[in-house]
Amino acid sequence: MRNRDAAPLVLPRFRSPVVFGALALLFTILLGRSLYLQWFDNEFLQGQGSARHSRELEVPAHRGRIVDRAGEALALSTPVRSLWAFPDKFDATPGQIAALAAILETTPHRISARLDANEDFAFIAKQVAPEIADRAMALRIPGLHDQNEYRRFYPGGEVTAHIVGFTGDRDTGQEGIELAQQAWLAGIPGSRRVIINRRNEAVEDVAAIRAPQAGRDLALSIDARLQYLAFRELKAAIELNKAKAGGLVILDVKTGEILALANWPTYNPNSRNKVVPAMMRNRALTDTFEPGSTMKPFTIAAALEAGRVRPDTVIETSPGTLTIGSATIHDAHAEGALTVEQVIQKSSNVGAAKIALGLPSATLWEMFSNAGFGTPPKTGFPGEQSGRLRPAKSWRPIEQATMSYGHGISVNLVQLARAYTMFATDGEVKAATLFKTETFVAGRPVLQPETARAVRHMLELATSPGGTAPRAQVPGYRVAGKTGTAHKVEGHGYGNKYVSSFVGFAPVSNPRLVVAVMLDEPSAGQYYGGAVAAPVFSNVTGSALRMLGVPTDAPLNNVILPPQGSEIREET
Amino acid sequence: MTRVNVILLVILVACALSLVTSRNQARRLFVVLEHEQAQGRALETEYGQLQLEQSTWGMPARVEKIAREQLRMQLPSAARTDVVALPEAKGVTR
Repeated sequence: MRNRDAAPLVLPRFRSPVVFGALALLFTILLGRSLYLQWFDNEFLQGQGSARHSRELEVPAHRGRIVDRAGEALALSTPVRSLWAFPDKFDATPGQIAALAAILETTPHRISARLDANEDFAFIAKQVAPEIADRAMALRIPGLHDQNEYRRFYPGGEVTAHIVGFTGDRDTGQEGIELAQQAWLAGIPGSRRVIINRRNEAVEDVAAIRAPQAGRDLALSIDARLQYLAFRELKAAIELNKAKAGGLVILDVKTGEILALANWPTYNPNSRNKVVPAMMRNRALTDTFEPGSTMKPFTIAAALEAGRVRPDTVIETSPGTLTIGSATIHDAHAEGALTVEQVIQKSSNVGAAKIALGLPSATLWEMFSNAGFGTPPKTGFPGEQSGRLRPAKSWRPIEQATMSYGHGISVNLVQLARAYTMFATDGEVKAATLFKTETFVAGRPVLQPETARAVRHMLELATSPGGTAPRAQVPGYRVAGKTGTAHKVEGHGYGNKYVSSFVGFAPVSNPRLVVAVMLDEPSAGQYYGGAVAAPVFSNVTGSALRMLGVPTDAPLNNVILPPQGSEIREET
Repeated sequence: MTRVNVILLVILVACALSLVTSRNQARRLFVVLEHEQAQGRALETEYGQLQLEQSTWGMPARVEKIAREQLRMQLPSAARTDVVALPEAKGVTR
């Protein structure tokens, strides 16, 4: 209320506009700031706001399975949980630690030790089953956290270890197919943004940022039953012959698929604590050896193709030695005049060398190269070796002679098995693969059909009583194959250690399987391929053909073994 | 005029209330969905474990061990095997 008696208050005329202007200016600043925040600099505040009510959740994607040709799992991922804590924020009563230890089946002492070991971060339990983790989290211990992980399991264990390989940390492949097919198998985790309430529960989906992409399954060409059979027989033979290492490959003649690939020594991929690198090598693909006499059929095939010999051409091999320059080639077993067929059947080094010396080195080289020696088999396995096949120009005559029976050349077991498909088919080499093949696979023609049939007949003779490998015979099936007994290279020369091998196929009337067996340094007395490797071939091939339901092509009493001690021996 | 306004007001309130309920319902359904999805993941976990179990129990190595050791089975030798030729199957010999 105004006081009437008071003198009228005289205000300066500019006062009200100044006040008005000042207030208007302040309002303008506020308005401008709010407009600025609303339209121009809105990211920071919006980010802060959504950080308080929305959250990005990771959507896990599992790694694809690796299965065999029938769909049996060889590697699969199951979700597991890991429990972890920041030790300085971990605050549990002794009773809670005791309860936790009981759930995790450990002792309170061990849990304390883990917490004391590292100041920043400690795993309380790694990769435990989800229900165990749930029970542990239900204790509501402050500072105890859990995270989802996947663990890879290998049901095949040591039987399929070399093919499948294994994954390392963060679910990435480290060895074998797991490594080679990482991109195919790996899942890509997705993420989505949700609105959360104050209890940290998602209440609304805002947006799917990235859809999870599960890893894809991968079917291998391996047949788990045959793989086990191959592994069991290989292991038994290695124990019987006290060999250092060994390998066994079964190829499908029709498609070139690798149905089984067993190696010894091996390891258990599910617990790799005591594994040394030597156990992890897939020797059948990553190690090479001098094949010895298993190369002879290729020499003979080259000579037949070139028209230099016929199966019944007679080669003089007496007195069982052949001197070229300063070097002399020996036969383990001196024979007289042999036909070309008998050179294979009795595995005469002198005979093979004489045939090879009658050929241009380029012709022989071309045959070996067409058979796939000197180039990697390209099965899809990482680190496979190509072996050594030197260019024909650099061959000296003695080298050409020794190469005819598999010395001075190195191969891996899969290459050798693959090369034999040319005799099992009518002259075609099929590409070997580790992946399941649904369609028909055309081979690469290398030989004339007549040549392939002629060599096939010679190889069948080698497994008959007059040959080097009568113990390769299988009841009910006709088989064909060739032994190898190669001296191992030690330092600069050949020592008294051997690689015994056998490569063959069956049934001869319509070949289905190529089986290659290799034993490294058998040291229980026997070392001839016909005595050490051929029986393994016989057991594996017989059982495999029966498992696959292949009709028999011979009477069941077809196996005729020569009297003890009269077997034809061979060296190389 | 007033009558129209009252009607509009009633409609407005009804719309507002229905928005609130549907919003609430959406949230509740979402919680159910989340729960179901969690259950789906749990079932997937279990499926993985069962697959693992199946392939572990079914591995040929284990089957053979049980057949040999517990059931005392053995492979018949060739001498004790008889191959029966079906009439229509050609090329099969005894």
